[in-house]
Order: sequence, then structure tokens, then C-alpha cells
Amino acid sequence: MEYEAVIGLEVHTELKTNSKVFCGCTTAFGGEPNTHVCPICLGLPGVLPVLNKRVVEFAIKIGLALNCKIAAFSKFDRKNYYYPDLPKNYQISQYDLPIAAGGYLPIEVNGETKSIGITRVHMEEDAGKLLHSGESISRSPYSLVDYNRTGVPLLEIVSEPDLRTPEEARAYLEKLKAILQYTDVSDCKMEEGSLRCDANVSIRPVGSDKFGTKTEIKNMNSFRALQRALEYEIQRQREVLESGGRIVQETRSWDEAKGITVSMRSKEQAHDYRYFPEPDLVPLVIEREWVEEIRRSLPELPDARKERLIRDYGLPPYDAGVITSSRDLADFFDRTVALHPDAKTVSNWVMGELLRLLNAGNLDITRSLIKPAGLAELLRLMDQGTISGKMAKVIFEEMFSTGKDPGTIVREQGLVQISDEGELAAVVDRVLAGNPGVVEDFRAGKERALGFLVGQVMKETKGKANPGLVNKLLKERLGSN
Amino acid sequence: MALVTISKADVEHVALLARLELTEEEKERYTQQLNNILGYMEKMNALDTAGVEPTAHVLPMQNVFREDAARPGLPRELALHNAPQAQDGMYKVPRIV
Ligand SMILES: [Zn+2]
Repeated sequence: MEYEAVIGLEVHTELKTNSKVFCGCTTAFGGEPNTHVCPICLGLPGVLPVLNKRVVEFAIKIGLALNCKIAAFSKFDRKNYYYPDLPKNYQISQYDLPIAAGGYLPIEVNGETKSIGITRVHMEEDAGKLLHSGESISRSPYSLVDYNRTGVPLLEIVSEPDLRTPEEARAYLEKLKAILQYTDVSDCKMEEGSLRCDANVSIRPVGSDKFGTKTEIKNMNSFRALQRALEYEIQRQREVLESGGRIVQETRSWDEAKGITVSMRSKEQAHDYRYFPEPDLVPLVIEREWVEEIRRSLPELPDARKERLIRDYGLPPYDAGVITSSRDLADFFDRTVALHPDAKTVSNWVMGELLRLLNAGNLDITRSLIKPAGLAELLRLMDQGTISGKMAKVIFEEMFSTGKDPGTIVREQGLVQISDEGELAAVVDRVLAGNPGVVEDFRAGKERALGFLVGQVMKETKGKANPGLVNKLLKERLGSN
Repeated sequence: MALVTISKADVEHVALLARLELTEEEKERYTQQLNNILGYMEKMNALDTAGVEPTAHVLPMQNVFREDAARPGLPRELALHNAPQAQDGMYKVPRIV
């Protein structure tokens, strides 16, 4: 039987505020354990939370960017459960009146656009971090708890079960990450846990409109992990059904090293959160003027920016999609084009050399030593004929690893291209005189002989000859024009 | 509305969720007490609230915010002061699962 997968994602993202959601502790990542804590986030008796206004602002911003309706009335609720990373024994979250709901996010997979529904966006507080004494939680006689992360503001963004393949799930998460970065509400560092993703997965016969029993997959810490975990889980469910078994509704954890999902113990899944309205926080009444003010502050979002690059610069949609997938990369592109208005050439260099070197070093564009001014200057030197395209690539790598500007590298390495016609003519004549046989071949119709002669001239000049000029001089002398 | 009652099994379930260990005698007693409370709710249910807006909070207040400014929290020694056990600047807790 042919099956199709039904996937919905729950994404948690830490917001880039200065202070926590209900207290003034810093949200900085990586402090010494338990140094970013206070009586409020530690849940000591007698304290009261007070809501950070910027958290609400960011939540509305993301709601708008995801085409949601912003609630006119919203409130917080307590989600009750016992776990050592949660000092109050409840998490302040939102249950039935989330700040935003009913949106959508268009994604593109294999050239086709598809709209993925956004069920809801709600605000909540993050939990602390556990350090287990053994190799796993069940093998640890004790665990250590760091509450620095407790109370860091989170947005939970829940999609409709509209995703059908692991590729679509990945495209959705990448698009969501781009929007969170464009709007500047989150760093989205999956490796630091500031962007986390859980998936609900089920399969059903193609053509069926009923949902199968779903499993929830946790612990996917990269885009690759998300895709691999979903591929594994879909295959696992197919095998269970095809061998006559049935899917058990459960939470499964992705084991990156083994490449499998593993059932989590049912004891950890006693889901009975007994939500009730948070009595320590008063409700939110969201004024329309505030929402409109935030709407006006939204930056150009990835899709609009992509359209602009296609429309204004004639970039191929694929290139425009890659460049706008990250705000930092798109900013780099725009700043370079402002200095060197040949957008197609800039795009070729960004898509080619720059991304190749960034990916090879697993680097982010913000850590790149090459700045827009440097790339623009390099392209100008190439346009002027000072350097050849081949030299430019060598210089680009040097710029990438040292941060030097291209002019300095050209001077230091004597990379200036020989474009002096008299100087090159002398070399060309010498090469022709030294290779009479090859000249014969060319005249007898062997076009490839020309390439050999060009190569000889480049060799004589240590690669510095202007290739266009060498071709012209050779052809003049061989009378092939 | 049908009368809601609480069984001993409900009490055991809630006790488990709240990490409370109850004796048999306590289970009986709390089942009785919780049913008394629910009985009182039934009395309130008799009131006509058709024209009354549901409230999310007892106070007639809304939109209480603080500005997003960080300030120092507790020194770590104080934060860990009441911890039954601590190690390496962290709270030490017994086996979780
Ligand atoms: Zn705090």
C-alpha cells in the first residue's frame, strides 16, 4: 500500500530580550551556573511575576509575520507538572487564549509553493537545564540543575498537520527561522538550544482523509536531524503497519548517533497538566493601535525580499531564494550591490565563492572576514582589468582567511595582471617562435592548438597575462580573425 | 448539569500528580471532603449567571508590564543557600526516573 506522512511541527524559540519574561534576570547565554537567577525565577515563596512588555511586542510581531490574527484579549495559564528543571512545579504558559492564532507560512519545495497553516503562537517561560551524573537520565543516581535558563521568554509556534514529507518539514523550519531572524526576535541558534523543534508524525494510506495514530518526536537538534528523524520514523511506522502491527501513541526521542527514534518511558508522559488561569498575572487587552504600530515596524520579510531581488536585479529565483534565506546574507548582498551595481556578478560571487568557503568552514556570514566593501573592491579591480578572474578567486580566498583588502593582497603578491599590449606581444611572439609545430597544427585546422599556445603565454607570465588580450594577440598573428 | 462526584480512584490520581503519599484513611477522608466541596459548587451552579461576563482574573486590572531591563539577581551562595544539596554551583537532585 502507498502511504503518505502527516507531519505537524511545534517550534520553541527563545526571544532576544535583555531580561527574562517575568523577572529582571539577564537572558545572556553561557553564564556560570545559577548566576542569572532571583527569587522570582527560582520560584521562592511570596514573589510575583511581572510581564516583560517586549515579550508581548515580539510575540505580536511574529504573529503578524506569520499572517496570524492577533488576540484582542489574551491571558496566561499554569501548566502543572513536576520535573526538577521547573522550580515552581508549574510553567507559566498560555492555554486557551494564545496571543496569536490562525496564520499561515508559504514554503517552497522543488519549485512548488505550498501554504502551511499556523495553528497558534503563544508565550511561555523556558525551563532550567539538567546535567546528569550518568550517561543518561535513567542511569544517573543524581542530577545537577542550573536555573539560568529558567524564565527566559519562549514563543511556541504550532503548525497545522499540513506537512507531507521530511523535506517540507525542513523547508518550513528553515523559513520559520529566516522570519525569526529577519524580525530580529531570536538568535535561532539550534546548537545553543534557542531554536528547538518537536514533530508530530503519523502515516495514512494515500487518498485517505483520516489521520493515523501519531507519535511525537523530540530531541532533534539540527535541520539535518529533523529530516533524518522524520525519514526514520515514517519508515518505522510503515514497517509496523505492513507487518500487521499498530502504532502506539507515544513520545519518541531521536538518537542522533544511532540514527533511530526510541520510545521514551511512559512514566515521563503522564500528560495531565491541569491548566488553570494564572492568578499572579492580570489579562492582556491588546489595543489595535499597538498592533498596527508593530505591523509598521516589520522589516522586509524573506518572500518580499526575494521578489525584489528577482524583479529589480533579474536574479534567478533559485539564487534569490538562497541569498534571502538568511537576513545577514541578504544584507551582505544588498550592501555589496550598493557599492558595485552589477548585481548578477555579486550574486555569482556570493552564491559561489563566498558560500563555498563559509560552508567548508561551517561559518556564519556574520563571522566572515570579507566585508561588502572588500568584495566590491575586488570586483572593481577585475572590471578594470587589473586582475583576471582566476586571480580574483585566489585573492578572494586570501581575503576570506586574512581579512586583508584586495588592493593590499594584489601589491603584496605582485598579482597585477599584465595588460600592456607591447609587453604581452613580445611574450606571444616568443611562444610562437618556440612552437612552430603547434602553429602548423593550428593552421591545419586544429582549434585546440590555440589553447595550448594561450597556456604557454600564461606559463611564461606566471599566470598574470590578461587572457582576453593574449587571445586577441595570438589570433592576430595566426591570422584567424 | 449532572452531579459530578469524586471517586477514591480520582483522589489517588490527583495525589500521584501532586506527588502526595496518602494513607488509606486519608484517601477516604479526602474523597469525602472533596465531594463536599463539589456539592457546594452545585449550590453555586443554581445561580443564574446568563448575563454575567466570565472573568479571567479576580482583579479588574489589565496590561501590567515591566520594561525590558536586566538587573542583577541573587549572588549564587544565596541562591543555593536553602538547597538540601548542591554541587559545582548547581542544585543536586536525586534520581529523576
Ligand atoms: Zn530571575
